[in-house]
Amino acid sequence: MATKWKIRLSGTGGQGVIKGAVILAEGALIDGSNATQSQVYGPESRGGSTRAEVNISDQAILFPKVENPNLLLCMSPEAYDKYAKDLIPGGILILDGEVGKGKEIPGVKIYRCPITEICREAMGSELSANVVALGVINGIANLVSFDAMVESLHRNFKAKVADLNVKAYQLGLDAAKKIEPYTV
Amino acid sequence: MKPIYQEYFRNNLPHIWCAGCGNGIVMSAWARAMDELKLDKNNVIGVSGIGCSSRITGYLDLNTLHTAHGRALPFAQGAKMARPDMDVFVFSGDGDCAAIGGNHFIHACRRNMDMTLIVINNNIYGMTGGQFSPLTPFGKKATTAPYGSVDPSFNLCELAIGAGASFVARGDIYHAKQLTDLIVAGYKHKGFSVIEVIASCPISYGRRNKIPNPADMMQYVKDHTVAKAVAEKMTPEQLEDKYITGILHEAQGREYTEEYAKLCERVQGGDK
Amino acid sequence: MAKVRLVQGNEACAMGALKAGASFYAGYPITPSTEIAEHMAEMMPACGARFIQMEDEIASAGAIIGASAAGAKAFTATSGPGFSLMQELVGYAAITEIPVVFVDVQRMGPSTGLPTLSSQGDIQQARWGSHGDHSIIAIAPNSVMETYYQTIKAFNLAEKYRTPVIFLLDEEIGHLRERFEVDENEEIEIINREKPTCAPEDYVPFENVAGGVPPMASFGEGYRYHFTGLTHNEKGFYSSALPVVDKFNRRLVDKIEKNVKDIFECEELFVDDCDVLLIAYGSVARSAQEAMNELREAGVKVGLFRPITIWPIDEERIKAACAGKKAVIVPEMNLGQYAREVERIVAGSVPVKKLCRVDSELVIPEEIIDMVKEVLK
Repeated sequence: MATKWKIRLSGTGGQGVIKGAVILAEGALIDGSNATQSQVYGPESRGGSTRAEVNISDQAILFPKVENPNLLLCMSPEAYDKYAKDLIPGGILILDGEVGKGKEIPGVKIYRCPITEICREAMGSELSANVVALGVINGIANLVSFDAMVESLHRNFKAKVADLNVKAYQLGLDAAKKIEPYTV
Repeated sequence: MKPIYQEYFRNNLPHIWCAGCGNGIVMSAWARAMDELKLDKNNVIGVSGIGCSSRITGYLDLNTLHTAHGRALPFAQGAKMARPDMDVFVFSGDGDCAAIGGNHFIHACRRNMDMTLIVINNNIYGMTGGQFSPLTPFGKKATTAPYGSVDPSFNLCELAIGAGASFVARGDIYHAKQLTDLIVAGYKHKGFSVIEVIASCPISYGRRNKIPNPADMMQYVKDHTVAKAVAEKMTPEQLEDKYITGILHEAQGREYTEEYAKLCERVQGGDK
Repeated sequence: MAKVRLVQGNEACAMGALKAGASFYAGYPITPSTEIAEHMAEMMPACGARFIQMEDEIASAGAIIGASAAGAKAFTATSGPGFSLMQELVGYAAITEIPVVFVDVQRMGPSTGLPTLSSQGDIQQARWGSHGDHSIIAIAPNSVMETYYQTIKAFNLAEKYRTPVIFLLDEEIGHLRERFEVDENEEIEIINREKPTCAPEDYVPFENVAGGVPPMASFGEGYRYHFTGLTHNEKGFYSSALPVVDKFNRRLVDKIEKNVKDIFECEELFVDDCDVLLIAYGSVARSAQEAMNELREAGVKVGLFRPITIWPIDEERIKAACAGKKAVIVPEMNLGQYAREVERIVAGSVPVKKLCRVDSELVIPEEIIDMVKEVLK
C-alpha cells in the first residue's frame, strides 16, 4: 500500500475535528509529503458525529478516504462506539479523557489523554482542544515536523489566534510524553 | 424626422396581438417616453418574460432578451449587474410577473436595482387562451374559472411598495399620455421602478365577462381607473372596484449596483 | 515558484473560474456547493467582478444568462436539487446559444436525499435534464488540481461553442482537500467568444456558419438584436417554418457532437495492455486507479479509461478502448448511469459489468479488485 498514514479524527460536530484534520494535512504538505483531507458529517453544523480523515504519504494518494485507519482519535463516546472497530490491528488509538473506558478494543495501542481537560485548564476554554489533540498525535506518532505544524497553524488562523494555538499545540506535545500506552 | 414607430420599433410589424389588445398602446407609450428621454438605443436593454405582453421585446429596436416564463427580472438583474451603465426596461404581464414570477418580483423590489418594470395587467392569461391570473378580480370568469373565480386577487402596487420598490406607479391604456409620463418618471427615478398598466384583453377576458367589444373594454378601463388626487376624496366603498392611477410611491433608496460598486472600492482599498 | 497549499475542490473551482475570467456569479446556497459561492463573494469584489446571491436557483440561472448576454463570463454553482430547478434555463441558454457554466456538486438524491454526502447521480440529468434535443458539454474532474484546470476549460468551451457547460463535481472532490500547486501567473489559454466584425446591419446572430458557431455580440456593442427562447431564424426572430426549425435543432446538436474530437478529453492507463478495462470518472476514478495499481502489481492486466469529458462522448474512442477485452467494469456512484452509455456503445461486443454504489460511500478499491477477480475466474 502506498499510503503510509491513514488517520481518522472523530468527535462531535463543533469540536473542530475537521479543522484539526485540515491543519494536520497542510502541515504534512509543508513537510513535503502528499496529503489528502476529507470528512463525513451530517446536515447539521453542530452536534451529530463527525469524522475527518487524513492520508499522508510520500507518494501520490489516489483513494482519498480512510476505510481502516492506522491512527484513530476519538473525542466523544459516540465516535468511539462508531469507529473503534475500524482501526487496524496494532494501530494507534488516542482517546480523550474517559472516552471508551471499560470497553477498550483488544490488539491496539491505546493512548489515553485528557485532551479537552488540558485545554480547558490551560487555555480557559475548550476551543483549541482539536489543536491540543494534534500535539498529542504528533507527540506519539511524529507525523509532521514542529516547524511545519507552526506554519500550518499560522496559515489556518489569524495571527493572534494562531499564537494561542501554537501554545495549545505545545500542550499536546508535552502531554503526549506523559502518556503510558496500554493494550488489552 | 422619422415617425416614432420607425425610430424605436424593428422593421418586423405587424405585431401578433389581437384587435383591441392594449399591448400596442403600452408599446407606443414606451416609444414616446423614449423619444422624450432621447436615450441611445445601443445603451438600452429590453427584457421580457413569456406571454402576450412579453412579446413586446421582439418589436423594440434595442438589445433585447425574451426570456422564460416569469424569469424576466432575474435575467434583467444579471444584465444590469454586468453592465450597470446600461438602461434596462423590463416588460411583463400579470401572470408572468405576479404568479410564476412573483418571488422574483418581490426580491427585485427589495434589491432596488435601477431599472424600470412595466407590468401590463390585462387580468388574464391571454396567450394560453384565458385562464385566470392572480390579478383577475374575484368572481370574474376565465376558462379555468368558468363559474367565476373564487381565487382572491392582490394589489400588485401595494405588494411592490411593501417589498421595497422605491418608485411605484399605476397607469392605464385609456390615459395614454399619462402612461408616457409615468414611464418617463419611472426611468428618471434611480432605483427599481414598477409601473402597473391596467390594460385590456377583449378576446380572452372581455368576451367571458360581458365586455367583448374593444371600445366597451376601453370604456371599462376608463370607468374603473381613478387618478390618485381624485381617489383621495372618495370613500372606500366608491373605490371598491377601482384602480388608483398615478405615482403611488416614491422614495430614496440604496441602489444595488451602486452599493456593490462602493463595496468593490472598499475591498480594493484594503478596507474590509 | 508556486506555493504548495492544501486546497479544497470547491475552492479550486472558484480559483479556476477567476483565472478563466469569470466576471459574474449568481447563486443560491446549497450543500455541498456553498463554498464556491462563499469564495466568489470574497474574491470577486477585489477584481471588480460581480457577485449576487439570488432568491432561488431559477433566478440564479436567469441572472447568469442575462449577465452573459451583456458580455460577462458568468457562472453559478449548485447541487442536484438546485440543478433540477435550473433545467428550464439550461435549455434556454442552449437555444439562445448564450455561454454560461453551471457547476453541479453532486450529492445523494433524489430530492433532498443526503445533502452532505456524495453521489454521481446527475450524469444523465446533465445530459437530458432540460427538454428538447440540444446537446450539452459536461466535465467531471477527479482531483483538486484538475478541478482548477478543467474549470478553466469549462469556461473556454462555453465561450467557444456558445453553449451551457455543466461542471460535474461530486461531493468527494468538491470537499476533498489536497495538494494544490499552481502558479497564479501561469500562461493558460483563455478563450473568449468570437465577436462579429461586420457592420451591425449585416450581422446575422444565429447564422448557419461552417462549424455551427456564429459570432456573438454582447449587449451595448452596437449590434442591437434579439434573444428568444422561441425557435428562431438566423436573425433571431421567432419562426415555426418547418425547414427553419429542423435546421436549427440539428445545428444545436451538431455544433457539439460534430466537434466531439475537439471537446472530448480522457485519461487512458494501460488501455492497450489489459484484459479487463475499468471505465470510471470523478472521485470513483481514483478508487479505480488504486485498484488497477494493486492488481497490476499482482500481475493482473487491468487498464483504466477515465473520461474527463462526460458529454459529449467520443464513442469511437470508447469502442476502441473496449475492443477485445474480456470484460469492461464501470464503477460509479449511481445505478449505472454511465454504464448504460458504455453498453450502448459496445453493443454487446464486450461484457459490461456495473459496479454501483448508492449508499453515499465512495466505491472502494477492494470492491473493484473483487469484481476484476470475479470476471477473470
